[in-house]
Amino acid sequence: MQIAKSWRRQPSNLRLEGTRCTACGHLAFPATIRCRQCGQAEFDVYQFTGFGEVVVSSIVYEAPRDFGEHVPYCAAVVRLEEGISIATMITDVDPEDVSPGMPVEMVTRRIAAQGDKGPILYAYKFAPLLENQ
Amino acid sequence: MKPNLAVGIVGYGGYVPRYRIDAAEVNRVWKDSAMPSGRSFKAVPGPDEDTATIAIQAARNAMRMAQVSPAKLRAIWFGTESKPYAVKPTSTIVADAIGALPHANAADWEFACKPGTEAMQAATAMVGSGMAPYAMCGGADTAQARPGDILEYNTGAGGAAFILGVAEESLAVLEASTSYVTNTPDFFRREGQPYPSHGQRFTGKPAYFHHIQAAVKELLNETGASPDDFRYAVFHQPNYQFPLKVANRLGFPKEKVVPFILTSQIGNTYSGAALLGLAKALDQAEPGDKILLASYGSGAGSDAFCFTVTDKIKEIRERGVPIDKYLKRTKLIDYAVYARYRGKLRLH
Repeated sequence: MQIAKSWRRQPSNLRLEGTRCTACGHLAFPATIRCRQCGQAEFDVYQFTGFGEVVVSSIVYEAPRDFGEHVPYCAAVVRLEEGISIATMITDVDPEDVSPGMPVEMVTRRIAAQGDKGPILYAYKFAPLLENQ
Repeated sequence: MKPNLAVGIVGYGGYVPRYRIDAAEVNRVWKDSAMPSGRSFKAVPGPDEDTATIAIQAARNAMRMAQVSPAKLRAIWFGTESKPYAVKPTSTIVADAIGALPHANAADWEFACKPGTEAMQAATAMVGSGMAPYAMCGGADTAQARPGDILEYNTGAGGAAFILGVAEESLAVLEASTSYVTNTPDFFRREGQPYPSHGQRFTGKPAYFHHIQAAVKELLNETGASPDDFRYAVFHQPNYQFPLKVANRLGFPKEKVVPFILTSQIGNTYSGAALLGLAKALDQAEPGDKILLASYGSGAGSDAFCFTVTDKIKEIRERGVPIDKYLKRTKLIDYAVYARYRGKLRLH
């Protein structure tokens, strides 16, 4: 984990900040430098609400480096209520209980750490909507 | 102590992790005779949780209730004794997550289990002096305990956050607060040590009881109130018995205290303990109720507060997340899973 890289991503990792094209209103997450819909390059910061639902999920047993301590965990695609789909992890639920259509909300979690001495990466995951628990 | 401008709570939020371990399960592994009487559970942070993530969720819940712009928070102060980084503030992570940076003061407070109430007094002064429209304070911990130690039966995890603002916008107004602090080494953790040490029975009479009683008596003197004037009383809760005993000694009947002793459900959440109790009391308070809060931190000291609930509480509270939601959301785990989640198995 590069410190500068994770620092640059803090707005999206911690606050789900993306962009809204000032020309056509198209939303993007993470933030983009050119609108995929109209090609313009001017944006407002847009903070997503953090509510959505699971589109598809899978249980990971063989994890990439840095994620091994969390296995088994649930990797999923979540569609936010603004219509954007993002790849994420689902937490606070047994992985086998996650299913398409499950309402979820964004939480901030400890994603990875470089051993006992390196930086800790905090970022978004999604958890079952508290109101439904 | 009272600020020049009247100050109160404009929003609050708590958070407790989902996982629980039964004290009987800890006892099964260690076969100790020191198990607390009665059934009790403690909250265990998940493998992706720590004090920062707990504080962030509590802060988000407080923001959701208060509905104030994060840019108007001039202080984000969290107290803890389980910082994820020894050097690097947890509060900047929390402040970043709620969008309160950069024009804010962010710092971590430390005083064993009571830094959150110290931050509350400082936040009161900041708002009460006119330096800030709003200030956030709170406490969160993933309480540490040496495997097999008596502490391990009930060291839990959780936290709460409070946003202070002017009295006119508040759901509860602070009438007064006091502090009573001495140099008493009843419980401590040395630099570089993973688990705290404690003075066994020394943590009781000269420590917890002496300091809370002194702070609360001073508060009652200062406000002219008596225990009869309070609807609820919340004390720091290292276990189930201590808050009941100190309440009895101070003249507060059991029924004003018991609903806010959460230790049998989530354990002792250290810096979060008294503040989660206060949040629970606010969840059911009615306009006009007086609430007593008395924290305790080893080392040692106690901060006592007198709040009066306002007519705004029902309207503001509706926007928040009741503490009960987290108390009822549970997943029981065994000692092996607990040992893994708490990092008690060293693999490298």
